[in-house]
Amino acid sequence: MTTLKAGSRLKSAVCDTEVMVVRATADDVSLECGGAVMLALASEKPAGAAAHEAFAQGTLVGKRYTDADERFEFLCTKGGKGSLAIDGVLLVVKQAKALPSSD
Amino acid sequence: MNVLMTLEMAAECHPDRIAAACGERSISYAEMLRAARHAGAQIRASGCRHVGLLDINSLAAPVALYAAACAGLSYVPMNYRLTKPEIQALLERIAPAWLIADPQLLEGVEVPAGFTVVDRDQFLQDALDGVGADPEAVQAEPSTVAVQLFTSGTTGAPKAAVLRHENLMSYILGTVEFGAADEHDAVLVAVPPYHIAGISAVLSSTYACRRMVQLPNFDGQSWLETCQREKVSNAFVVPTMLSRVIEYIDASGADASLPALRALAYGGGKMPAPVIERAMQLWPAVDFTNAYGLTETSSTIALLDPEGHREGFNSTDPEVRKRLHSVGRPIDAVEIEIRDEDGKPLPVDAVGDVYVRGGQVAGEYLGIGSLLDANGWFPTRDRGYQDKYGFLYLDGRADDVIVRGGENISPGEIEDVLRQHPAVVDVAVVALPDEEWGECVGAAVVTQPGVKIDEAALRAELQTWVRERLRSSRVPAVISFREQLPYNEMGKILRRVLRDELSAAL
Repeated sequence: MTTLKAGSRLKSAVCDTEVMVVRATADDVSLECGGAVMLALASEKPAGAAAHEAFAQGTLVGKRYTDADERFEFLCTKGGKGSLAIDGVLLVVKQAKALPSSD
Repeated sequence: MNVLMTLEMAAECHPDRIAAACGERSISYAEMLRAARHAGAQIRASGCRHVGLLDINSLAAPVALYAAACAGLSYVPMNYRLTKPEIQALLERIAPAWLIADPQLLEGVEVPAGFTVVDRDQFLQDALDGVGADPEAVQAEPSTVAVQLFTSGTTGAPKAAVLRHENLMSYILGTVEFGAADEHDAVLVAVPPYHIAGISAVLSSTYACRRMVQLPNFDGQSWLETCQREKVSNAFVVPTMLSRVIEYIDASGADASLPALRALAYGGGKMPAPVIERAMQLWPAVDFTNAYGLTETSSTIALLDPEGHREGFNSTDPEVRKRLHSVGRPIDAVEIEIRDEDGKPLPVDAVGDVYVRGGQVAGEYLGIGSLLDANGWFPTRDRGYQDKYGFLYLDGRADDVIVRGGENISPGEIEDVLRQHPAVVDVAVVALPDEEWGECVGAAVVTQPGVKIDEAALRAELQTWVRERLRSSRVPAVISFREQLPYNEMGKILRRVLRDELSAAL
């Protein structure tokens, strides 16, 4: 269990997935990918681990993932085989809205 | 959170897509990331504190921006149009630094101690040739300064505005959808690398995975021809640039068709109504967007979107039609508030000081500190009001307001009236010192070239012209006739210069 901080980056312990925290509450939660708790970007990944089959739909780079209440939002910065979850509950892809761009 | 993430993600998803093209040369996202990592490691090892750029647009500019991010150092693109002593003064403020430059621009400049000066082409070549495995990028903290920009200094000596990784990424995540560009899209970047719009263009186009076409030296003809040749789909211009493009088209009779162009955004100053209306006639299928932003806010904070343009252009209702002259509504990621002199929020339609708040708002200068108040609000120093629909109308800079006998007078309304007089081609109104009123209204007027005028008669006529249309307090006490007005290279009028000249002539 840990507090997630906006701007911080984490990586999956079981696949290539990497995320950045876009929004988070101060609650202590467990952010998981492929059924395993996600790690700090700099930490070593355990060898030979694989995504649990209930959490293996995969992540896509550039997509944003949220929980049902939208208390948390993550940007997938690298895609992988595992699925994201908080405390065992799968996150969903946030629908992209049309953004007016000036650049 | 680091601006490098935009490039890492683009290189992950579209490694072979063209990231940037300049003239005959182009590099892919994978090449750009690799180049940035190698250059970043080399710069880091040198012990420098900043990564300076003194150059026009080229492939070296985006590589330098991302190399600085890899090294965890701030990127400082500088205005190459400054005088040699001004350039030297800026260099002294960023030592020790790694300086990527066009050697010609450094001729006659005494480079301070602690600089590693690298020719632009050599920098790019060394970065692309980097041998061995890609070095690891430094994991910069979100609060690390990513970019330092010297403000244009139209009101004083340049201030060093700092933009942190968290500010710039907040802007990108709030305004761009990752990978949103189609494979054949291209954005034309005509603003110089030292302009905030030049920085945000690199980050936005990379995050959108959109090919960035660089125009090293802007003129109306090359802009138009590059748009056509490169099948440009998106472009950003400052108002002066759009004027030049239209002048070129109207004077030369050149083919103005831009079938690939879908979106044309403009900002960085007040757009003259005839220019935008002519552009909308020339390119009716193009989506026009007016962007309002500041260096200190990581670029855009309000947008008049294409829908707003069409509503304004097609409406006969003056309340809707005037929308064309607004800067639109605040973007979702920021809040805007209009306040009076005591800092109290003002109701709709009341003119006051424009304040802004949001993650992208840095509002900070080196040596001065943060200008944000306790609740995170930043005073833009722009004046303006919001109408009942939420559209924001700007009314000049707070520093330009003329205070005559306790009455606040906006130069803009007097300029608008004078500009309607048939003899007036261009005009600027400034505050001049006055013993009786504290300040009085001074006007510098440009008349038709080649047409002889009776200055005394025209002066009296213009004073009557203003008196009949505005209040007597708005009548310029001083009117000076000139061949041209002083503008900086981005089309901003240099009011400080005018004020000094007119005051000296009193």
